[in-house]
Amino acid sequence: MKQYAFFFDSNACSGCKACEMACRDKHDLDYGLRWRRVYEVTGGSWELKGKTALPQLVAYNLSMSCNQCVDAPCVKVCPSSAMQKREDGIVFVDTDKCMGCKLCNWACPYDAPQYNEKEGVMTKCDFCRDYVDEGKVPSCVAACPMRVLEFGELEKLKEKHGYRSVFPMPVNSTAHPALVVKPHHSIGKIANFNPEIINQEEVKHA
Amino acid sequence: MGDQNKIDRRCFLKWSAMLGGGLAVSSSLLSCLDRLKEEGVVTIEKGFDGFVIRTGCPAHNCGGRCVLKLFVKDNKIVRIETDDRPTDEVNDPQLRACVRGRAYRRRQYHPDRLQYPMKRTGQRGEGRFERISWEGALDLLASQIKRVRSEYGNSAIYIPYGTGSYNQINGRQTADRLMNLLGGSLGYYNSYSWACISQATPTVYGTNVTGNQRQDWLNSKYILMWGWNPAEMRDGTNSDFLIKKARENGAKVVCIDPRMSMSAVALADEWIPIRPGTDTALMSAMAHEIISENLHDKDFIDRCCLGFDRSQMPKGLEAEESYTDYIFGRKDGQEKSPAWAEGITGVPQETIQKIAREYATTKPAMLYQGYGMQRRAYGEQPVRGGCVLAAITGNVGLHGAWSSGLGLQAKDGGPFWNVFPTGSNPVKARIPVFLWTEAVLHGKGMGKEYGVKGTEQLDNDLKLIWAVASNALINQHADVNRTAKILKDENKVEFIAVQDNFLTSSGMFADLILPACTQFETWGLEDGWKYGDEVIIMPQIVEPPFETKSDYHICAELSKRFGVYDAYTQNRSEQQWIEWVVEQYRKSRFPEIPSLDNLKKENTGVYAVKVNNPEIAFDKFRENPEAHPLPTPSGRIEIFSSKLYELNNPKEIPPVPKYIQEWESPFDASAEKYPLQAMGHHYMARVHSTHDNNDWLAEAFPQRVFINPMDAGKRDIKNGDMVRVFNERGSLLLPCRLTPKLMPGVVDIPQGAWWKPDGNGHDRGGCVNTLTSHRWTPYAFGNAQHTIMVEIEKA
Repeated sequence: MKQYAFFFDSNACSGCKACEMACRDKHDLDYGLRWRRVYEVTGGSWELKGKTALPQLVAYNLSMSCNQCVDAPCVKVCPSSAMQKREDGIVFVDTDKCMGCKLCNWACPYDAPQYNEKEGVMTKCDFCRDYVDEGKVPSCVAACPMRVLEFGELEKLKEKHGYRSVFPMPVNSTAHPALVVKPHHSIGKIANFNPEIINQEEVKHA
Repeated sequence: MGDQNKIDRRCFLKWSAMLGGGLAVSSSLLSCLDRLKEEGVVTIEKGFDGFVIRTGCPAHNCGGRCVLKLFVKDNKIVRIETDDRPTDEVNDPQLRACVRGRAYRRRQYHPDRLQYPMKRTGQRGEGRFERISWEGALDLLASQIKRVRSEYGNSAIYIPYGTGSYNQINGRQTADRLMNLLGGSLGYYNSYSWACISQATPTVYGTNVTGNQRQDWLNSKYILMWGWNPAEMRDGTNSDFLIKKARENGAKVVCIDPRMSMSAVALADEWIPIRPGTDTALMSAMAHEIISENLHDKDFIDRCCLGFDRSQMPKGLEAEESYTDYIFGRKDGQEKSPAWAEGITGVPQETIQKIAREYATTKPAMLYQGYGMQRRAYGEQPVRGGCVLAAITGNVGLHGAWSSGLGLQAKDGGPFWNVFPTGSNPVKARIPVFLWTEAVLHGKGMGKEYGVKGTEQLDNDLKLIWAVASNALINQHADVNRTAKILKDENKVEFIAVQDNFLTSSGMFADLILPACTQFETWGLEDGWKYGDEVIIMPQIVEPPFETKSDYHICAELSKRFGVYDAYTQNRSEQQWIEWVVEQYRKSRFPEIPSLDNLKKENTGVYAVKVNNPEIAFDKFRENPEAHPLPTPSGRIEIFSSKLYELNNPKEIPPVPKYIQEWESPFDASAEKYPLQAMGHHYMARVHSTHDNNDWLAEAFPQRVFINPMDAGKRDIKNGDMVRVFNERGSLLLPCRLTPKLMPGVVDIPQGAWWKPDGNGHDRGGCVNTLTSHRWTPYAFGNAQHTIMVEIEKA
């Protein structure tokens, strides 16, 4: 079975959020909805030594939307069959069926399904399935000024880039996210760097 | 497509009736979209029941010029995408828009758009206005211009620096053209961006064209991004992308910056934090290491430089201090060693030694200097210092190298042309742009001690200001509390007109408000900022809403009141001017450019020339300096500048680049009261002050005071706390964000937020200029707005 996926090269992501904004513009997302989010991650510490201050830091950005998981937990928990997975792997909400119970958000390890208060339904990144069906790329991918976002088939992307998860993605998720990430080069230079999201207010949603 | 019949023509008919068909632009009864469609311009896109047209992203003053693909339905822009030309190669990469371009609908359709002309009713600066007619507004401005001309003369009129609207026929130059037909106005030189770098680079190289074409970066093996942050300020669309490609090609990239910018995160292998304002100390110590280790390029220095050591001094000045004299402390007794620099810069001496050796031995290497460090006290010094490092390592005139300095693009200086003719200004006097407040306070008699050019002394104080697309009247100028006081005094500036899309902080001080339309609502054209080999057309997409008019249209209407309408318009509409501009490009930079008609029909938005063999600055000079001398007094690279020597102010304007302690510094007494250095970096949410009211961008990048957790801890400040940042000039209140990506001792308040004073004198908008100083730099008379000491406390 075909499984579409995103590839993201964290090394050269400048956190510019052109992807997030392209998504918001295309889907006319109301205030408080962030189908694509850019996490600003740092870890490590500063060492004061004489007159100098030395950074021992890890710092990177992670742009993430819905990972169209292979074993999508949101689809499994949905009581009204509104959350569906297409033949090509794309997971989407049929808003006519959605009751807005938010179980999918509870089940999702990536915070992808988000509640639209005005409509009373869950919403999420649908991989710009209308564009994909027309042979175009998702809006976020075409937007990236650094060309660090790609889309393609999961197995091919895994083969090309390997398959790892990076913070804040949970390790060894049983959902099998269709997101292939090339981790930032600063990871690994410092042991035990205690990563945290420093732009919390920029990634939260309704 | 049934939709073409649905296009609402009512607003257009109303508009053209109101104008009385004055300009050719309104001579047709078709809406702009109809017209474009008739000309075969707009295309149909599968899955979208409207029209698609590509255009330039409205030009403000970011460093990018990008292509937007607009989805238009029922005369409204309903979606914005970007350049989608089928190929995206390094020699002609797609001009992909950043987050600001992608969020543009929220600016375009903002509920606070100015709708009609207004006149002040309350005290100046209170922000109380009443609606007036266009006739009344234009009569008022015309009568004030006439009055000031006859009472004082044209030199009392000023059209300030402003970049809020910044393409060929949108922006302040439309007013310049009119004023030049009316006897002129006081001129200026310099900018708020590049004062020191544009004045100091030529003291070394004789020119500002010191940069190779950017595709050449892929030939570099080592790149020092020194205070350079192309990812956030967009120093040229694709500059960040091209550094990424250079790195993929094997270049090591090191970023030196007090802040771990997004460029440091996304483009660099290594980040070296440096105390703000100490760049020249680090440069001097690098030179110390390079020369001590015998890693300098002696052959290049011998052939091409002047003033490196005693053997190389200009005739008659043999006993003066050469560069090596300074570096090794032969006159002042202080070696500029890495150990010396460690205490000043906060960079460990081992790190200084390491990057000095890497830079001198990994060839070819680039030292690319950003502009923040030259908007500081003695901002001339790091510019000259960077150029000298490039010169003594021989990184000049080669593929993959970079001469440092301003770095305009070889061979012709690159894009950013003013083709729209403003004419020549009959008033020859010019002030440094940063000193306009001085010209208000005591203009009459100001001379060269204030950097005045073109005359011995100014013959007037400034009495009338007509600000077009400018928020530099208050928000972007230093020390807003001081400026506000100056502007409030109606005995000083007697009349202020502000022409813009929104009621900005500057607009609050207007006597007359003129509502301008946006760049989507008239014709325009842009051609790249610092870099680029393209022309982007900007067709009129939608009609100007409410009673707004284009800058050009406003000036044309005003010109009638002086009887110069024909001279001003030359009978051209905005579109006809753009047609004319394209013809000028064909006669000069782009002989192959199609006509505007064909550009429109192609509907890619852009005409671009592929760069397969990037040009190199100074290659001929390097090959044979005698045959191809530089336009400096000696024809050589002037490490020692006899021109600067003649100014006889060695403490502030030394003839060789030196580290000079800033006038507000962590090393002087002011630090006891105000121990933190503040900086105001260019934020992704804005282009200077443009977009500050864009809610999508404010949600993506909220305005915050950024502070290192160590500095916050000392003050019992927690992440998200409301804090007060203050010094003797002002104070602002904002929530803070703790981040380790900022050097301890430094706080960051991204520049450009709109000044919003509360009743107690605190700014609630987060405008860094409540804290900045109006003191100017000694040689360039440039702004030193980043030299600020502050204290911060929990509010």
